[in-house]
Amino acid sequence: MAETYLSHDCDVLVVGAGGAGLRAAVASAEAGCSTIVVTKSLLGKAHTVMAEGGIAAGLGNVDEKDGWTVHFADTMRGGQMINNWRMVEIYAREVIDRVYELERWGGLFDRTPDGRIMQRAFGAHTYRRLCHVGDRTGLELIRTCQDKAVHTPGVTVHMEYTLTRLLKDGDRVSGAVGYRRSDGKFVVFRARAVILASGGWGRMYKTTSNSWEGTGDGAAMAYDAGAELLDMEFVQFHPTGMIWPPGARGILVTEAVRGEGGLLHNSEGTRFMLEYDPKKKELSSRDVVARSIYKEVKAGRGSVHGGAYLDIRHRGADYIKKKLPSMYEQFHALASVDITKEPMEVYPTIHYTMGGVRVEPETAATTVPGLYAAGESAGGLHGANRLGGNSLGDILVFGRRAGMAAAEYAKGRGTAPSLSEREIEEEQRTLLQPLDSTDGVKGENPYLIHEALQDAMQDDAGIARDEASLTRSLNAIAELKQRVRNVKAKGSRTYNPGWHTCRDDVFMLTVSESIVRSALERKESRGSQWRLDYLEKDPEQGRVNYVTYKGPDGTMKVKSIPVEPLPVELSKHLEDA
Amino acid sequence: MATVSDPTPTDVTAHAPAATAQTGDGETVDFRVFRGTPEEMRGDEQYQVPMVPGMVVLDAMHYIQKHVDGDLAVRWNCKAAKCGSCSAEVNGRPVLLCKTRVDELPEGPITVRPMKTFPLIKDLVTDVSGNFAVNQKIAPFTPSEADAQSREPWRIQEPDIERLYEFRKCIECFLCQDVCHVLRTHDLHERFYGPRFFVRVAGLEMHPKDAADRRDAVREEGGLGYCNITKCCTEVCPEHIHITDNAIIPMKERVVDRHWDPIAWVGRKLRGSK
Repeated sequence: MAETYLSHDCDVLVVGAGGAGLRAAVASAEAGCSTIVVTKSLLGKAHTVMAEGGIAAGLGNVDEKDGWTVHFADTMRGGQMINNWRMVEIYAREVIDRVYELERWGGLFDRTPDGRIMQRAFGAHTYRRLCHVGDRTGLELIRTCQDKAVHTPGVTVHMEYTLTRLLKDGDRVSGAVGYRRSDGKFVVFRARAVILASGGWGRMYKTTSNSWEGTGDGAAMAYDAGAELLDMEFVQFHPTGMIWPPGARGILVTEAVRGEGGLLHNSEGTRFMLEYDPKKKELSSRDVVARSIYKEVKAGRGSVHGGAYLDIRHRGADYIKKKLPSMYEQFHALASVDITKEPMEVYPTIHYTMGGVRVEPETAATTVPGLYAAGESAGGLHGANRLGGNSLGDILVFGRRAGMAAAEYAKGRGTAPSLSEREIEEEQRTLLQPLDSTDGVKGENPYLIHEALQDAMQDDAGIARDEASLTRSLNAIAELKQRVRNVKAKGSRTYNPGWHTCRDDVFMLTVSESIVRSALERKESRGSQWRLDYLEKDPEQGRVNYVTYKGPDGTMKVKSIPVEPLPVELSKHLEDA
Repeated sequence: MATVSDPTPTDVTAHAPAATAQTGDGETVDFRVFRGTPEEMRGDEQYQVPMVPGMVVLDAMHYIQKHVDGDLAVRWNCKAAKCGSCSAEVNGRPVLLCKTRVDELPEGPITVRPMKTFPLIKDLVTDVSGNFAVNQKIAPFTPSEADAQSREPWRIQEPDIERLYEFRKCIECFLCQDVCHVLRTHDLHERFYGPRFFVRVAGLEMHPKDAADRRDAVREEGGLGYCNITKCCTEVCPEHIHITDNAIIPMKERVVDRHWDPIAWVGRKLRGSK
């Protein structure tokens, strides 16, 4: 018998309270559905808050020639043409309205001299396109959406709950089960539709700008429920993370530093981006800049602590403090570096995951009926490499669409879905196993399992990879999957991060396996996938996306699906640009 | 800076320096970390953590979790002072753990305790949900009918919003709420919004496109008058928001203008409004 659990009913359950989740919740509630948002953290702390540079939208406020078609072309090219073109089209068209909508919800942006929304230059965007407020655009976005959501009738938020398994009624999703972090009580949410807005997964890497939340639980839950994971080999290294001091390693240094004119130099004082991409230079796409820094360091031309120098001093102290206030503060507080007087030291850091749950472009519906996915947890929009500024837009555009479509589905679903007590009990047992000290198993430390996985992924499935390294990584994952069965946590169920990590480890292993299997399959270099044994792009591989899914025998399978060809009326935008 | 009294009993339980052996001959730092729940107050426990250059207090808490006590409860997210999750009291001072450098603290044991103003959940984690409830009481951004109907993108001049940027920097760490004596000492949670939400109200009231009037609410329900401008909140704000000077005092002036302006008072009398 299952242990007694807290129980909530709703039409639409939203997993995650970053920008995508909050925007989805508003859309769902406005469509008349009772909507529950569940977040692992407190409201307003999701990764959205860490986004700095801005929202890319072809408003054309600064460069009049800009518009959705150029934005479309830039995004397709940045994604190396294996993006889902329909998602890109929807995105580039609708993000303009989403920016203006945010303003009407009370969001503030920096202004042009004539009072319109200001836009700044960013990597691989043809025109100045990023709507921003200093270097804290993500904070502005999440706070605005947060206030909108909590004041929208029909939205209820549950903070600090972790969901660990999707429940199904036949082939349809019927809710989710998990626990309340504060006291470890089990909880079940029954819902007519579920939206995953659970973000990405960077925690399986050692150097990452991700918080503890980025464990891929959403993607892993979807995979376990029968959904497909798309483009998982594409993991974005942001070119500029902090490198010193050690505790700050991996913390993001916004691309806005380069957008505002920051220059990259090696230890010899050479501005190396002039060689790697003479046209776009420092504002080349993220995959190119990250690889360039990596190559400079490998060639022995790294900075004191093994990175590159990023210099913004020439813009002057006043300008820097106005446009990059949080960077000024971050380096001052954490590294004792005054960026108005000294260069920063930077090195690539795992930042974003292009891949994710495979969805329908129009509705964000996954292949599992009743399950939707939006934002970083979904795949397809960004292809092989995401352009800066396209994630804050993504979450608004597809958060809204997922909310509307899930509401529609929920309303069309007749009687309330039934819950499987067996599934609930099974998940409870899984969750409790690490706390059971009577089974005589000498436990593995969940934090050390995590660390071992980070070692396996960072070096062997990281920025540079080949068949041998990926195979090593896959073997390490297989071994860790065995070890994680014996994981043990000490203490009680009350706010116990050690216990929480036990289940997170399993999610991270699932997602890591998906990354590595997809990376092995893609025998070429494209976007963020840099294969040392296949250095060139392969036109054949450019026609497919790789998808991982759970086979009937419970093991992970990989298949390829064709990239949908671009319609003629859209391909002409690529030629125009 | 407000003085901050000991929140908890101070019995110290020692933990062996679990992994100093692995990290070699390096220097270790002596931490006293509060452990316990409302039901079981264990008090400060001692941990020896190997020193790493540039280490922040949050790094030390993570070290303890990984190598000594996996169940040590501490909130954190961005680890870059942008999300406001890891608020606690280090050596009695309300700070973000991710921004507090160990090498900048005085010699001697470093005490790490939860925020005192909020109910304890466990170890360094407190129940801050009351703050989110306050936010729900504040009237949200409300444009005028004309602005709401207008189909053209709004024109807003930078000088009209320049002073708002500061308020919008708030990361909701609630350190200002923690230090404020109206909440901390007098426990007036039901009658006083607290500094964070005066900043919120000021940001809405001064928005050129906002048409709502929150002055009565902030005076009556929000208890703005309880604030006697000691500026403790401003001193602990990690975003350096001038909470008292730029948000609270101007709001007090607006409330006073509304209620004690003699000409407006006569006008209201003549119109028969309140």
